[in-house]
Amino acid sequence: MATLFTRIGSILGAIMLLVLVAVATPASAQQPSSVNPTASSVQEDKLLQELRRIQGRITIPDQRASVLEQPAGRDWRQFQQVTLRWIGGISIVGILVILILFYSIRGMIKMSRGRSGRTITRFNGLERFTHWLTAGTFIILAISGLNITFGKSLLLPLIGPEAFTGFSQWAKYAHNYLSFPFTLGLVVIFFIWIKDNFPGKIDVEWLKQGGGIVGNKHPLARRFNAGQKIVFWIVVLGGGAVAISGYLLMFPFYGTGVAGMQTAQVVHGIVGVVMIGIMLAHIYIGTLGMEGAFEAMSTGEVDLNWAEEHHKLWVEEEMKGKAPAGGRTATART
Amino acid sequence: MARMKFLCDADRCIECNACVTACKNEHDVPWGINRRRVVTIDDGKPGERSISMACMHCTDAPCQAVCPTNAFYTTADGVVLHSKDICIGCGYCFYACPFGAPQYPRVGNFGSRGKMDKCTFCAGGPEADGTLAEYRDYGANRLAEGKLPLCAEMCSTKSLLAGDGDIIAQIYKERVTKRGYGSGAWGWKTAYRETIAT
Repeated sequence: MATLFTRIGSILGAIMLLVLVAVATPASAQQPSSVNPTASSVQEDKLLQELRRIQGRITIPDQRASVLEQPAGRDWRQFQQVTLRWIGGISIVGILVILILFYSIRGMIKMSRGRSGRTITRFNGLERFTHWLTAGTFIILAISGLNITFGKSLLLPLIGPEAFTGFSQWAKYAHNYLSFPFTLGLVVIFFIWIKDNFPGKIDVEWLKQGGGIVGNKHPLARRFNAGQKIVFWIVVLGGGAVAISGYLLMFPFYGTGVAGMQTAQVVHGIVGVVMIGIMLAHIYIGTLGMEGAFEAMSTGEVDLNWAEEHHKLWVEEEMKGKAPAGGRTATART
Repeated sequence: MARMKFLCDADRCIECNACVTACKNEHDVPWGINRRRVVTIDDGKPGERSISMACMHCTDAPCQAVCPTNAFYTTADGVVLHSKDICIGCGYCFYACPFGAPQYPRVGNFGSRGKMDKCTFCAGGPEADGTLAEYRDYGANRLAEGKLPLCAEMCSTKSLLAGDGDIIAQIYKERVTKRGYGSGAWGWKTAYRETIAT
């Protein structure tokens, strides 16, 4: 009996203790220090480290605004304001300096035998039209594009903010709209000249001899020499790259987000300024640099002596099976 | 001079979007443009947070640096403003902005961007304070009237703070000390290169 009472007593004691503990626990939980709602919440630093940008859900219709933060804009700024300016400056001023030095040393490359008085058709109407369509739009695209990168340092101080904005606004429209004929020109160039621009063994030899730029040798070439083939591929591939990246910028959020547009602008900027430098060299050799070269793209007729010096194999192919004079392609002019 | 800043206390924001609506109404913002927006991260999961975001009026603002026509200027109060007469709508400030603040009304063909629009910290634009021309292009100029941005003024939980950076940082610090927690000043490191030590 006595043991029964002690047992009940100890059970009661245990229950009492449990009740005490149960009452005491919620009381201590109400202390502010033990609850931290931010312990499980999203952290800005962590999100930025994981993805380099923070995105969430948004209730306004513009879903593109759901990106909260993308610090990558800072890197793009560095490219835009420093890197691109250096690349552009070096490629354009550098090429100009090289061309001036080259011209002062070498002068205009003359035809060694003088003019023959007979001409041969080098480029037909479609080829010349396509060339000038692409070239003309490229020059305007280049000037309006350079204005975006260099205008505020070079042109703005000269003409003042209002005039500069007026010019830049029109330059932007020109840049956007003329991209379409430029792209059309690129596509036609690709199809009409691709057959003459596949690289071959003859091009290796031409490049080994440096294209005859130094000295008076004229390495053999078919319709286009290795240098011209390089220009062709730079125009087709580089032009393609600026066209695609440009359209991504022109049609915001069609296919790319902000990060994609930053990348597109980097490609557009670098390829653009490098192409401008290369085209300066192309313009030089087609005009000031070489006697008899410009007429290939103006009238389409080149002097036979010029053609034999620079594109001997092409002339032979054209002349094959044709009368030496007065043929369809070779016409005498005295 | 004060250095104006925004601070969103994410532990107080209830995603009511009243700041978004108040801003649109106060400035008569065009269709399709939201100068302020509320983004909810990890929506529906434990620890979700909503943050009200607009132009943060950055220190050494990237938009101002990349603008090809120098359309931006920073006021003596540290507010980053721009001139719609100088803007050509090229989109560069949008690429550079870490907070997606610049937006463009769609004009004409394809993606053609019109003049950029963004939060002005209720400080108008380059036109004379309080004029109709200023209101039409940039919205109300509350700062010139001695008032702070409306989004923060009418925030029901006082989650969104706007005003002098030192003062709002102090308010936030006191809150964090009193309640014992805080998830930090969102965007401050990116915008101002500093955080609030709590």
